[in-house]
Amino acid sequence: MARDDAVFVIGEDVRHALRGVTKGLVEDFGPERVLDTPISEQAFTGFATGAALSGRRPVVEFQIPSLLYIAFEQIVNQAAKLRLMTGGQASVPVTYLVPGSGARLGLAAQHSDHPYALLVHAGVKTVVPATASDAYGLFVSAIRDDDPVALFAPAAALGTREQVDGQLVPVPLGRARIHRAGDDVTVVAVGHLVRTALTVAEELAGEVSVEVFDPRSVLPFDWEALAESVGRTHRLVVFDDTNRSCGLAAEVLATAAEEFDLRARPRRVTRADAPIPFGSNSRRRCCRAPPISRSPFARQ
Amino acid sequence: MARAEEARSGAGVRAGVRVAELYRTMRTIRRFDERIVDLVNANEIAGTTHEYVGEEAVAVGVCAALRSDDCITSTHRGHGHVIAKGADLTAMTAELLGRTTGCNRGRGGSMHIADLSLGILGANGIVAAGAPIAAGAAWASRQEGSDRVVACFFGDGGLNQGVLHETMNLAALWELPLVFVCENNGYAVTLSSADSTAGSIVERASAYGMPAERVDGMDVLAVLDATERAVARARRGEGPSFLECLCYRYTGHHTAERTMALSYRSEEEIASWRDRDPLERCAQFLVGDERGEIDAEVEHDLDAALAAARGAPRPRPDEALEYVWASGHRPRTGTSAHA
Repeated sequence: MARDDAVFVIGEDVRHALRGVTKGLVEDFGPERVLDTPISEQAFTGFATGAALSGRRPVVEFQIPSLLYIAFEQIVNQAAKLRLMTGGQASVPVTYLVPGSGARLGLAAQHSDHPYALLVHAGVKTVVPATASDAYGLFVSAIRDDDPVALFAPAAALGTREQVDGQLVPVPLGRARIHRAGDDVTVVAVGHLVRTALTVAEELAGEVSVEVFDPRSVLPFDWEALAESVGRTHRLVVFDDTNRSCGLAAEVLATAAEEFDLRARPRRVTRADAPIPFGSNSRRRCCRAPPISRSPFARQ
Repeated sequence: MARAEEARSGAGVRAGVRVAELYRTMRTIRRFDERIVDLVNANEIAGTTHEYVGEEAVAVGVCAALRSDDCITSTHRGHGHVIAKGADLTAMTAELLGRTTGCNRGRGGSMHIADLSLGILGANGIVAAGAPIAAGAAWASRQEGSDRVVACFFGDGGLNQGVLHETMNLAALWELPLVFVCENNGYAVTLSSADSTAGSIVERASAYGMPAERVDGMDVLAVLDATERAVARARRGEGPSFLECLCYRYTGHHTAERTMALSYRSEEEIASWRDRDPLERCAQFLVGDERGEIDAEVEHDLDAALAAARGAPRPRPDEALEYVWASGHRPRTGTSAHA
């Protein structure tokens, strides 16, 4: 916001920074660049599109991921299609920020979805950072991108701490990151599941050499980097915190089946095709990776 | 010319109102859409279009009150708004024919016509979806320090979309330079306004604290007057206004309706509105040969637009993935790489 006067934030309770991300912004940039809105998700999402068409760079905050469903028409059918529909006249540089996406303890079915795969299916550029530096880098790139970009910051990754040496830099969209190199199996992990994958890889070290592949951008997806990785390991597992059917893992496995040379059946660890129940034990069954002894690694 | 102005003044037309131009634009819209129907029926235009025939006074009256740098958002029935805001007839015709020389390079078609350089932020295939986009553009105009205003068109059907109410609330709350233009043609597709809309339309808008008035939408001068008041208020920074323009579409919801033998409107009802035809009412202020000359010029312009559009190329299949994203990324194709 300091760098570009066109950037502003719009959403519910952003002046009081209910979700934390916008803390201090109204003091630094004033109420005209930090717009608190009524509970009107469709209107403020479309408002951002209109402002973007007029040269602004809005950051729209959605307090909970399910609010995307209310604004889905304005995101998918308006903002994301305008460039094509106008034959390239329109740029819609909007960032949709979902801080705290996915399941959090005790928030039950309506506050726990993680619908990044839904936006990928609908053709909206989407990023899911796993680390602090990637969160910064992807957020900056999303704001500077001339298309709508959704950023999901997984609730389960918000506690991730990182020692940052040197300057934080933008992370280009569509560029994956290999967190740990390995020879035996490529584990594609999204968002908070990157940390889970790294833990698994560490526990299996000496037994299985695991490469941890973080796409960072789920659309555009870095298929070239994945082809390179699986081209070496010839084995693939995907950790994906979305529903199983038509989820991101399904797309990765389908692409792998068509294009990659696999020596073992690919596997995926996903949510069940069910809403998240309230009680924590049943919740664990739905969306947590299985114990390592029962993990796909043990069978490969 | 001076004689014509004198005669119009005697007939009660306000000085400075360019009646001949209003008539010319209405005539252009009517003949454009009548010709488009022929092209749809001849399968030269794919799909269906939504004719604006009968409602011309609303688009022309509203846009005549706007400056060239003001903006509009339009609807699925958008040809009239777009022509009245100054769109090039050849580029529009080419767009409907799906040619690369169209305003949207053939990627939008009838329901998505836009020309951002003319402040036309787009027709829209979803009812009332343009409203919040108009509000955002109006806010951005004010942030720039400009006195540009935005006119947001929607129909009586749009009045029952939540997003319009959310937007009216925001616009009034933030005193946005916006004019809400409700084209009440009596029907949301086949459902009559009486069967779809409870209470009073202008009172709905008034409840948000903005001036709201009902206007004879078959009278271009009445629409122009009311819009000028609303635009002046918006330019002064006093916030939005709402106009309910009573009008009528002479034909079906879309071109395909001709083949459906629907019976939600009576012939008598249609005839009673045709008796109040906005072109005829405006033409009474024309003098001498003005009308005949304008009509001939409009036909000539539309002939030229169609000929030029027909000669233009269509997008190639290998260009189908262009203009999806502004960055260098390319969407994936629908065929497996190693199929």
